[in-house]
Amino acid sequence: DRHGAAAGLTQGWHLSHTTRQNIRNSELAPLGMRAWQIKDELRQGARKPYKELIDVSSADPHRAGVKPLSFVRQVLAVCYYPQLAKSDKLPADVRQRAQRLLGTCAGGSAGSYCPAGGIPEIIDIVCEFISRRDDGVPSYPENIFITSGAQRAFVEILNILVNTLRSPITGVLTPCPSYPPGNMAVVMLGGAVVPYYLDEEQGWELKIDELHRALESAKGVCDPTVLYVINPGNPTGHVQSRKSIEEVIRFASEKRLFLMVDEVYQDSVFEQESRFVSYKKVLAEMGPPLSHTVEMASFHSVSKGFIGECGLRGGYVELVNVDPSVMRNLYTLMSRDASTTTGQLALDLMINPPQPGDPSYPLTAITLHISDLRVLEVLNSLPGISCQPVKGGGYALPRLHLPPGAIQKAKEVGMLPDYFYCSRLLEETELCVGAGSENGQRESTYHIRYRQSSDEVLRRLTSFHIQFMKDFS
Amino acid sequence: MSRGADPKWAGPPTAEATAETRDAGKLREKILTMETLNPHVKAVEYAVRGPIVIKAGDIERRLQQGVKQPFTEVIKANIGDAHAMGQQPITFLRQVVALCCFPELLDSPAFPDDAKQRAQRILQGCGGHSLGSYSASQGVECIRQDIAAYIEQRDQGIPADWNNIYLTTGASDGIMSILKLLVSGQGSSRTGVMIPIPQYPLYSAAISELEAVQINYYLDEANCWALDIGELRRAYRAAKQHCQPRVLCIINPGNPTGQVQSKKCIEEVLHFAYEENLFVMSDEVYQDNVYSPDCQFHSFKKVLYEMGPEYSSSVELASFHSTSKGYTGECGFRGGYMEILNMDPEVKAQLVKLLSVRLCPPVSGQAAMDVIVNPPRRHEASYTQFTKEKNSVLGALAEKAKMTEQILNSVPGMKCNPVQGAMYAFPQIFIPPRAVQEAQALSVAPDMLYCLKLLEETGICVVPGSGFGQQEGTYHFRMTILPSAEKLKVLLEKVRDFHLRFLQEYSPQEAPVRRTSQEHSET
Repeated sequence: DRHGAAAGLTQGWHLSHTTRQNIRNSELAPLGMRAWQIKDELRQGARKPYKELIDVSSADPHRAGVKPLSFVRQVLAVCYYPQLAKSDKLPADVRQRAQRLLGTCAGGSAGSYCPAGGIPEIIDIVCEFISRRDDGVPSYPENIFITSGAQRAFVEILNILVNTLRSPITGVLTPCPSYPPGNMAVVMLGGAVVPYYLDEEQGWELKIDELHRALESAKGVCDPTVLYVINPGNPTGHVQSRKSIEEVIRFASEKRLFLMVDEVYQDSVFEQESRFVSYKKVLAEMGPPLSHTVEMASFHSVSKGFIGECGLRGGYVELVNVDPSVMRNLYTLMSRDASTTTGQLALDLMINPPQPGDPSYPLTAITLHISDLRVLEVLNSLPGISCQPVKGGGYALPRLHLPPGAIQKAKEVGMLPDYFYCSRLLEETELCVGAGSENGQRESTYHIRYRQSSDEVLRRLTSFHIQFMKDFS
Repeated sequence: MSRGADPKWAGPPTAEATAETRDAGKLREKILTMETLNPHVKAVEYAVRGPIVIKAGDIERRLQQGVKQPFTEVIKANIGDAHAMGQQPITFLRQVVALCCFPELLDSPAFPDDAKQRAQRILQGCGGHSLGSYSASQGVECIRQDIAAYIEQRDQGIPADWNNIYLTTGASDGIMSILKLLVSGQGSSRTGVMIPIPQYPLYSAAISELEAVQINYYLDEANCWALDIGELRRAYRAAKQHCQPRVLCIINPGNPTGQVQSKKCIEEVLHFAYEENLFVMSDEVYQDNVYSPDCQFHSFKKVLYEMGPEYSSSVELASFHSTSKGYTGECGFRGGYMEILNMDPEVKAQLVKLLSVRLCPPVSGQAAMDVIVNPPRRHEASYTQFTKEKNSVLGALAEKAKMTEQILNSVPGMKCNPVQGAMYAFPQIFIPPRAVQEAQALSVAPDMLYCLKLLEETGICVVPGSGFGQQEGTYHFRMTILPSAEKLKVLLEKVRDFHLRFLQEYSPQEAPVRRTSQEHSET
C-alpha cells in the first residue's frame, strides 16, 4: 500500500551533482535541479527561447521575485546592527520597534540564545494576536512554542505522537494533495500516512464521508491517532467553511484523533466570500465538552502570508487541551534546541505590523495574482487543462487532461506523465512549475502546481500548453 | 509565566465547565498522555536548561517582583551564551548580516566595502537575492564553497569538497541528524554510541530518544581530562557484549571539560575507529577557543588525511562547527555546518531526505557562518578593527579561564583542571557524606543539592556534574567563564565562600553546627 501522497522530494533541485547520481530517479524531483542548470546556462550566454528562467514551482515569494517588506527588513537590520538606530534615515517606528525587540533579548543582543519555548514578551504578543484574530477567545502563553519555522514544531509534535513501539504503528490521516514535507515527516518518524482525498470537483473540499472511508481503510494496517488538516489548503487553495471545520472537529472527537492544523496560509485568503476562521476559534465556540476535550495543535509561520519570509525560519504552535505532563515533556524536548532569534523577531513584526498613523504604515502588501479570475478563465478555456477556483493559499493547482499519446511518451522516457509535461515546459519555455505527483493526487489524474505571479507566467504556460496538446493529440 | 513547571491548558476548566464535562459522563480520557506518547521522548533530559535553570528563572521573577533574596541578581553561569553575559558582537559580522537583511544599505557610506562585497556574494546565492527565500536543504551553495575554502586553509591545504558540506541549524541539528541516520538494529545488534564522560548532554539526550545504546568512555580527570585509548578499548569491548558499537563521539575542545586533544591522541582515536569500523563524530564547535599556549587545535579531518590515504579514504567522519561559540558567540543565529567524509552514498541520500523534511536552516544563520569562515583579510579595510575585536574577546576569555582555574583551585575541597579551551570550568567538588545522605533522602543527586543551595544562597546558577556524567562517587559542577572579568571574580569568590560554608555545614559533627559571628555576617 504505497502511501498515496508524495514519496518524492520537493526540494530535489537543491541536490548536488554527485548525490544525484546516487539516488534512484523515482525518488527525486529533478525539475528543480534542471532549472538551476538552465539558469547557469543562461548566465553563460546559452541561446534559449526565453532569456530568463522563471521558477514558480515553490510558494517562496522572494524566489519568484517579490520584494520583502521594508519595515520588516529595516527593523531586523537595526536589531543585527544597532548602530543603524542612530541614523535619521530610518523611520521612528522602525527604531522604536528594534529597541523594544532588542530589549527582549538577553544582553540586548540578537545573538544570544532564546529561552526554551520562545521569548516570553513575543509569546505574549502571539497570545494577543491569536485572541484578537479569534474575536476574544483567550490564548495562554504556556500553550505556545515558538520554533525555527512551523515545520520544526510540526515535526516535534508528531515526534511525540508517533509511538513506534506500538503495533500496529501510528497512523496519520493526511490530505491528498498535501504538503510533501508534512507527509515526509510522518514517514521519517515511523508513522503511516493514511491519505484522505480532497474533492477536486467541489473546489478541493474536505468531505467527512471521505474521512470515514480513509479511517476505515486504515483498519488492520495502522492505528490512526492523528488527523492532519491544512487550512487554507496547500497546494489546493481551498478555504474551509466554519461548518466544515465543525464537522472535522466532531469527527476528530468521535474517532479520538489528535488534530494537527496547518494554518500558515491564514493571511492568504483572496475571495470575498471566503473568510479564514481558525480551528481554535471554532472549537472554542462549539463549547463544552468539545472545547475542553478535543486535543489540537495549530501552526502558523512567517513563511507565507503578506510577509513571505521563508528563509528567516519563524513559526509557532499553539496547543489546546493537551495533558499537562505531556506539555512538561514537550517543554523539555523543545529546550534541547533553541530557535533562531531572527525568526522570533520576524514573528513579532508579522503579527504586530505598523498601524495607521505609524510612519511605516501602510506596508506594501505582497500581492498575489492567483485569484485573478482572468487567469482561471484562460486556463479553463484551453483544451486539456482545467482549474478549480483558488480561494486562498500559495498556489494554483490546475488539472491536466493529458492525451494518451502524451502519457505513452512519458512512459517511454521513464517519467511520470505530469513530470514529463513539466519537464517539457521547462525545456521549451524556461518556466519551472511543480508536478502534482509531488503532492499526491488521485490515481490517473495529473496536475501542475505553480505560484501565479505574473502575466508572463500565464503567457508561457498557455502558449506551451496549446502546442503540447497539438503535438500529442 | 512559569514555563515547564505549571502549564495550564487553553480554556482552563472553570468550575462550571468541569462540572459539565463530568456531567457528560466519565471525565474523558486524553488521546495523548504519558502512557500513549512516544516512549522515546519520555526519558529525555537536558541538564543545561533543566530543573536548576527553571528554578533560577523562578528566583529571577521573584526578585523582579521585589521579593528579598540574599543577592540582587541571578547570574546565569549555566549556559554558553556569550552575549547574554555582555560579550560584544563582532562588528564586521553584524555589518554583513545587516547588509544581507536590508540590501538598500549597500548604498550607504556607513558600511565598508569588504562587508558589502561579502553581502553581495551571499545574496547572489539566495533565491530572489533575499535572506527570506528558502535555500537548498544543504544550504546556500556559495556559502558551502566558502566553508570548504576555510577548511582547506585551516587544515594547511588539505582539500575540502563543498559537496561534503551541509549547513545546519546550529551544530546540534547536524549532530542529531547524523545520529538519526546511524541508529539501527535490534537487541544485541542495536547501535552503540560511544560518548565521553563527562559529555555535553545533547548526546545522551539524543541517544535516549533514538533508543541507541549509550557507551561511556571515561576521560581521565587525574590527567587533565585526557582521552586514554586504553579506556576507549575497554568501553568498546564491554559494550560489544550487548550492542553493536557503530559511532564514536569526540568533543574537541571538550565540553564541559575544556581539554584540547593532542595530535597524537587524535591519531590514536582515528586508528581505533579505523580498526573497529566506527563512524567518528567530531564536535569541534570550540575550535576557536583555545587558551593554553601549550595546546593547539588539530581538526580530525586534518589528522585523518595526514595519516595517509588508507585512513582518509575509509574512515567515516562527520565534523561539526557552529556560530554559537568561538569569538563571535552568535548563538541566536543558529548557524552551523558539518563536513562529512566517506559516507556511504545510500546513507547520504537518506541524509539529504532527512534534511529536506525541515526545509532549510535559517538563512541569516548561514550568512553569519559565512562571515566566520570568510573574515576580513590582511589587506582589507575592516581587518584592523576585526582583529582587534577578535583578540580582545579571545584574550579576555583566556584570562578568565586562567583566573577561574586559579581561584577554584585555591578552595579547599575543590579541584579544577586547567581550562585549556572551550568556555567552561568543571571543578571537582568534595561533598561531605552527610550532604550526600541528605541528597539521597531528597532523591536528588548530591551535586544537584549543592547547586540548588548555591543558587538559593548566592543567586549563581551552575549545572550539576550529574547532568554531564562523571565517575561514580565524584561530584562536579559546570560553570561558564563568560561573565565579565569583574563579575566573574565576584562570582568565583562567592562560590568559594559558599563552598566553605557548605563544607562547614555538613562536616561530620555530633552536635549541630553553630555558626560563629564572623560567618554570620558573611552570609
